[in-house]
Amino acid sequence: MNSSLRWRKFVSGFMLTMTGVCAVVAVSVLFLILGYLVYHGGTSISWSFFTKLPTPVGETGGGMANAIVGSAKLLLLASLFGVPIGFFGAIYLAEFSGGAIAFVVRYAADLLNGVPSIVIGIFAYSLVVLPFKHFSTLAGGFALGLMMIPITLRSTEEFLRAVPSTLREGAMALGASKSRTIATVIVPAAYRGILTAILLAFARVAGETAPLLFTAFGNRFWSPGWNQPTAALPEMIYRYAIAPYDDWHRQAWAAGLVLLGLILVVNIVARGILARGIAVPRS
Amino acid sequence: MATTTTTVPSAGPVAGSRSFLSRLIEGDEIARLITFLFAASVVLITLLLVFELWQGSALARHKFGLNFFFTRVWDPIFDQFGALPFIYGTLVTSVVALAIAVPLGIGAAIFLAELAPQKISDTLQFFIDLLAAVPSVIYGLLGVFVVIPLMRQYLQPALKSTLGFLPLFQGPAYGVGFLTAGIVLAIMVIPYIISVSREILLAVPRDQREAALALGATRWESTWKVVVPFARGGIMGSIFLALARALGETMAVTMVIGNTPTISASLFSPGYSIAAVIANEFTEATGDLYLQSLIELGLVLFLLTFILNGVARLLIVATSQKGGGMGHA
Repeated sequence: MNSSLRWRKFVSGFMLTMTGVCAVVAVSVLFLILGYLVYHGGTSISWSFFTKLPTPVGETGGGMANAIVGSAKLLLLASLFGVPIGFFGAIYLAEFSGGAIAFVVRYAADLLNGVPSIVIGIFAYSLVVLPFKHFSTLAGGFALGLMMIPITLRSTEEFLRAVPSTLREGAMALGASKSRTIATVIVPAAYRGILTAILLAFARVAGETAPLLFTAFGNRFWSPGWNQPTAALPEMIYRYAIAPYDDWHRQAWAAGLVLLGLILVVNIVARGILARGIAVPRS
Repeated sequence: MATTTTTVPSAGPVAGSRSFLSRLIEGDEIARLITFLFAASVVLITLLLVFELWQGSALARHKFGLNFFFTRVWDPIFDQFGALPFIYGTLVTSVVALAIAVPLGIGAAIFLAELAPQKISDTLQFFIDLLAAVPSVIYGLLGVFVVIPLMRQYLQPALKSTLGFLPLFQGPAYGVGFLTAGIVLAIMVIPYIISVSREILLAVPRDQREAALALGATRWESTWKVVVPFARGGIMGSIFLALARALGETMAVTMVIGNTPTISASLFSPGYSIAAVIANEFTEATGDLYLQSLIELGLVLFLLTFILNGVARLLIVATSQKGGGMGHA
């Protein structure tokens, strides 16, 4: 074995090892994040975190009950707004249209998906906050719902397209109308994928902060109804983390743990649904 | 075949005789119309978004014109608004982020696509997907309480003592600043680079690797000189996607960049980014010109990410088609 070959083999082994190191470093970030959050958040989490309102500045204790309820309300609104548009839009793309209109809709969805979340916030501000003249749960839910549309739409379409055309033809051959075929054959065949898409979209917007800053705005008290400013978990994490009080920092960690826990669980469940029994091969 | 050709003509007239009315009664036309309205609303919303950004920044666009991008004064009291410090901060942090994230991300993607056995690769990719799902405010939280102290105490003094002769690494170590924001951004965009690059590398036809190995190339040479160049376009696409993410990233950057509109060669200096200034000042903006200048910054951000995402998608689609086409041949 000559020296040049030995050198080439050494380089090969070394570089390949380095790529492994890169992979380990990248993945270890996830465990570092989890570790820090469990360590700092775990010690700060308590029953009152879930049940009490924030205390006035200077008083220790209190919790984020209003932010938890606020996040739940925002996410409910977002899902009510974003999921139907994404879902029915995807049915149109996959089953009814081809060509130019579908191209335009897909293009618009991809464009919307790439819009920075802070710009979504500006849009929701000028469309909902300005006409109503105040910040509200409604505006925050609208902003988050906007972000759910493209994710739901594009993945639902992909899963609908993956349903084998033999199923479609079978239903049609039995005399079912197209709408009946879609409702009773195609959507049920793709429901795992569609559920996954919706859950992933949900998890994505659950952690969004930037679009809430000037729509839901934040609130240190309960927010009755849908037309008042409201607190949300990610927004509270932001405000508490940059505030100069130790007790707030503790609560920010606790809120971070709760939020990340929720998001990771939804992600894992969503991927589990998909992996466990996808009825049809993808594409 | 013969049976299908005989049944189709007999079914043809029946299908053809279904009038618009009968399809309406069966619900097909109604379903088409309803789903069309939902699909069209996506287009409408997107157009409205562009319109609102354009309309909402009209005052600022007319008053400052192109000077908006080249002026460094940001003074709400005298109604003088120049975006230069924010554009500078956005670009610098993104470049720092890419300088760190690109080698790491591509290295990891090569490992996942070329070396790791299927099971390990899928498991690691699962963790990478989870990492991509971590919200930016969590990165910000860790940035504030973990990365900033580390920077202030260890990394910045170490850089100053070794590379301090470069203007990049001079000045006091505050902890916050361009470098810190760049590092946090790098951590955030690595998952995107890995996921997209891995897909692209996996789509490179097998015969490319085998041909290189048969010619006597080592495993690394076949990867680096054959597989990676084949996938170059798609990998570039993943980098553009990551850049678009980095430019528009708000919360994590706002929490660690220092929020001071400075233009400084030193990466230790506190700075400001487009997204951060919108996040911080939008609700406090008094006066139309102030608000409209912030909306114009939003428009700039929108256009930048729009262009980058478009280029990225073209590159990725072109490269995957290249792989698919060669694979079938």
